[in-house]
Amino acid sequence: MKHLVSVEHLERADIERICDRAAAFAEVADREIKKVPALRGRTVLNLFYEASTRTRSSFELAAKRLSADVVNFSASGSSVEKGESLKDTILTLGAHKPDAIVIRTPWAGAAELVSGWTPAAVVNAGDGKREHPTQALLDVHTLRQRLGGLDGLDIWIVGDVLHSRVARSNIMAFQKMGARVTVAGPPTLIPRGIEALGCEVRYTLDDLSQADVVYALRMQNERMDESWVPSIREYATWYQINGRRLGAKQVLMHPGPVNRGVELSAEVVDSPQAVITAQVAAGVVVRMAVLYEVLSHVPSTTRTTEGVPA
Amino acid sequence: MAEPLLVHHAAAPVEVLIREAHVLDPRAGIDEARDVLVRDGAIAELGAAGTLEAGGPDRDVEVVEAAGRHLFPGFVDPHVHFRTPGQEHKEDLETGTRAAAAGGFCAVLAMPNTDPVLDSAPLLRSVRDAARLHARVPVGFVPAITRGLHGTELTEMAELRQEGAAGFTDDGRPVVSAGMLRKALQYQRLCGGVIALHEEDPSLSGKGAMHEGDVSAQLGVTGIPSISEATMVARDALIAGYEAGRIHVQHLSARESVEALAEAKRQGVRITGEASPHHLCLTDEAVRGLDTRMKMNPPLRTETDRQALIEGLRSGVIDCIATDHAPHARDEKEVPFEQAPMGTTGLETAFAAIYTNLVLPGVLDLDLLVRRLTDGAALFGLPTPRVAPGEPANLTLIDLEREWVVGDGGYESRSANCCFDGRTLQGKVLLTVAAGAIAFRARQLEVVR
Repeated sequence: MKHLVSVEHLERADIERICDRAAAFAEVADREIKKVPALRGRTVLNLFYEASTRTRSSFELAAKRLSADVVNFSASGSSVEKGESLKDTILTLGAHKPDAIVIRTPWAGAAELVSGWTPAAVVNAGDGKREHPTQALLDVHTLRQRLGGLDGLDIWIVGDVLHSRVARSNIMAFQKMGARVTVAGPPTLIPRGIEALGCEVRYTLDDLSQADVVYALRMQNERMDESWVPSIREYATWYQINGRRLGAKQVLMHPGPVNRGVELSAEVVDSPQAVITAQVAAGVVVRMAVLYEVLSHVPSTTRTTEGVPA
Repeated sequence: MAEPLLVHHAAAPVEVLIREAHVLDPRAGIDEARDVLVRDGAIAELGAAGTLEAGGPDRDVEVVEAAGRHLFPGFVDPHVHFRTPGQEHKEDLETGTRAAAAGGFCAVLAMPNTDPVLDSAPLLRSVRDAARLHARVPVGFVPAITRGLHGTELTEMAELRQEGAAGFTDDGRPVVSAGMLRKALQYQRLCGGVIALHEEDPSLSGKGAMHEGDVSAQLGVTGIPSISEATMVARDALIAGYEAGRIHVQHLSARESVEALAEAKRQGVRITGEASPHHLCLTDEAVRGLDTRMKMNPPLRTETDRQALIEGLRSGVIDCIATDHAPHARDEKEVPFEQAPMGTTGLETAFAAIYTNLVLPGVLDLDLLVRRLTDGAALFGLPTPRVAPGEPANLTLIDLEREWVVGDGGYESRSANCCFDGRTLQGKVLLTVAAGAIAFRARQLEVVR
């Protein structure tokens, strides 16, 4: 695979291969020296047009554990603020000869566009409201680790689906892995036409008990300003995942960062059903697997597979 | 009215004999091979095929052997953006009218969303002066309804009319305030001039970048719902009916808008409407790849909407075809979809796109296409081109057999943001005569002297 720009382009076999490799990489984190030389001498450029601490540091850590050199480039305080276009930025940064560009932007399709402007491998770390493929992969990985597989699972994605790239990538990834997906949330935050992705739509959590997995999305405060929902309080009343709604056998997921007391009650965040920290841990190993995937096919005299677990 | 509506750089009139072309002019009732002689800016003679001679050796007459080709009345486009003044890096009056001529158009109307906005008589005078120097085909200008397109104060409509305003529009933006539109329609009783409307409720379209539907949901791109257009068509039709005003609704895209237009016409409202080639030929499926050439306002909608537009065009609910030719520079469109400006060029591909996508498959008759490509003229008080002796020579010669790849060999327009770029179309304009002069000649055209 040359680039990872969307889940849409992935086959089930691709997802399984990446997750299997992530599982193999997991033992690296338990070593005293948390590093393998798989990508020694390769340069990974993190290009972030949106504020992001978690995803960026997760990618940075993943690249460093594979011994790659990492350059972080964020839009604020840079040439971007001086009016440089995305294309010019890519062309300019190309002078550093990156082997991979990890890019997050507020614009749908930007990662794909960038892949046409650079010889580097491009990994989409979020393109507007469209996709966040590594999040979907790490969520699949987390579920495979916890439940063995996704075949036949009922997964409910709850909350602000309209503004969520995580939701879009996960609807596709979960279905590709054999799960049934239901999205639930306030009607103002469920995009018209989302059924075309193959999921079901609910506006209440009345039937949440049928879910094997409950995936809560972050409810952003700024959504209140535009009246997407009347109030946080009303949202929490109808859509908060709490001890009353979450069953003992259900698995609870969240992409982080959590707003305790809004989309999740405090007690469920700390409950045994929650796999939220496992998701964060999976983030690093899955991103290691993704970087390895997109960089391992590039012919390079310096490339080595030494130290890469089978 | 003091000034003529159309101005251009009047080239020396030519004498051209177009021999044995299949002349199709539905209004003149001609649908057969004829010889057409153009002289002194007019159609001097119209004879049976093979009967007209070039005249004596002393006359400098260009003879075009056109057997097997089709000759139509020149097309008229009531909706183009020529970006002058202020955005000449996208297009100017010369390149814009070259593109028009290359598409078979012999007259066009330019929209006022320039920089500065065309909203005052001195500005109108200056662009008309520029057109007298640079325009290859006659151009009319449609100044703004409201100053700066801000929607709050009327322009000096009566003075603008005296200076040759072909109508008024805030195109690119809706007239959001119903009260402002009402005042413009009241004032229209003094000065005349069609009020042309870009129909969009910004509270519904918001930051949308494409049609709201299955495709936008899958792409995660904010949608522009059909109702953002249709509710405004319905509202403005009511206002026009109440004030007995004359309005024209631009670039219709949604089925509901066509229905609202049909209903308003049934009620006797003085309303007309236009549709654009891209809305007639493409749907939001074309946006899946997030190609910025597919980004325009209003957006490409669904197959149901497209079918409603075609049916509207056929029934006459939609009065004419207008390209909404909207050039943008390469670097402006070479950005992520949501950042890109709205608009596609359309003049050079209008006929061929509709001929290929609708006429060849048998959806639309060729004579209806020719009508709808010329019907825009009368709506704005421009003369309708006719193939008849004594009429001003406005003609376009087209090879209906010839296939060409859009964009191969470049564009006459300064910009290349054409939604049909790279597609193979059938029907190539070979020669355009506008106001008696040759405005465009394809390189492949054989000429016999």
